[in-house]
Amino acid sequence: MSRTALLSRESFVELGARARAQVLLDAGSSRELAGPFDRLTSPWLERQGVVPQGDDGVVVAKGTIDGHSSVVLAIEGAFQGGSLGEVGGAKIAGALELAAEDNRQGIPTRAVILFETGGVRLQEANLGLATIAEIHSAIVDLRRYQPVIGVIAGQVGCFGGMSIAAGLCSDLVVTREARLGLNGPAVIEQEAGIGEYDSRDRPFIWGFTGGEQRIATGQADRFVDDDSAVIRGVVAELIATPARSAYRSERYAEYLRRLAEYDARHQPTPETVRQIFGDKS
Amino acid sequence: MEQLRFEYPAGEPASRRVLVGVVGSGDLEVMIEPGESGKTSIDVTTSVNGYARVWDAQLTRAFSAEARAAMRIRIHDFGATPGVVGMRLAEAFEALDEGKEQA
Repeated sequence: MSRTALLSRESFVELGARARAQVLLDAGSSRELAGPFDRLTSPWLERQGVVPQGDDGVVVAKGTIDGHSSVVLAIEGAFQGGSLGEVGGAKIAGALELAAEDNRQGIPTRAVILFETGGVRLQEANLGLATIAEIHSAIVDLRRYQPVIGVIAGQVGCFGGMSIAAGLCSDLVVTREARLGLNGPAVIEQEAGIGEYDSRDRPFIWGFTGGEQRIATGQADRFVDDDSAVIRGVVAELIATPARSAYRSERYAEYLRRLAEYDARHQPTPETVRQIFGDKS
Repeated sequence: MEQLRFEYPAGEPASRRVLVGVVGSGDLEVMIEPGESGKTSIDVTTSVNGYARVWDAQLTRAFSAEARAAMRIRIHDFGATPGVVGMRLAEAFEALDEGKEQA
């Protein structure tokens, strides 16, 4: 990006969840559901001495994108690392379920999920895990009718059970700042040892889990600059296309076969991963 | 974590709801709803214990500087410094005056 382009663009990464939802929806069409004044805060955090947030870190905004009825689900990465607890997770799952119900009633509602999450909120344990499972099944239900678009902008990235949710989306949009992985870097380091995985080595971490790598290995679909107008344009384009007939998540057998062919006695490099998963099909 | 409550005399109820900020590291969320005529109440939930006097001093100053509408305010604080608290309050009052409903 040239200096002028860099200065004239409006960053998407720097926006909070509510502002991101506003950017995507047509001006004046947006209406927030289950909002911060509806008193749907986490009932568990305060009991554990953690300050809650009015919207539990999830913004549900209904409106239109280029005239298409859509619901945007934005996770606030700054609140508790974008972790999903009972309330925030239920807001996402409930909105997706209602969107699917809309489609069954003949109203073609699409969904966009803005991932910025470390996964389940550990303080809410099984309740958070249960709600993430509900999100997974709701995505699979809704994507039969209309596209469910995932966006990982950064800088939290998308980890844990929510990385599976990202993998289930009809299309996944990533920036260079994005990261996508089942386990976060610190967790892998703790389990595998720093010799194998140094969570503080940023080029190494982004080399494996960054947006560029995920595009090169076929685990994301669109690579975009951190520019609100560009991201809005790509989301609008994807949301206007008919629902897919085949999904990446249905190709698990092929991914497992490619993984099984790899000789795990050698530590892979980002390049090795591109050779294994780069699109040969 | 500590919960504090403050009350100040106020005018007529505020005209709208306002939300600014985020419960992120060193930041806070200020939620304003119209209050009962003549009274502003502030409920603070803060992650940092032992700062009741600092909150009292700062809020008293903010609410005695000029007459304000009656509000029911909730503050969720995640270790913001008094400077950040002051800026978020100013931002919230500005949004209230501009008539920008944010939620």
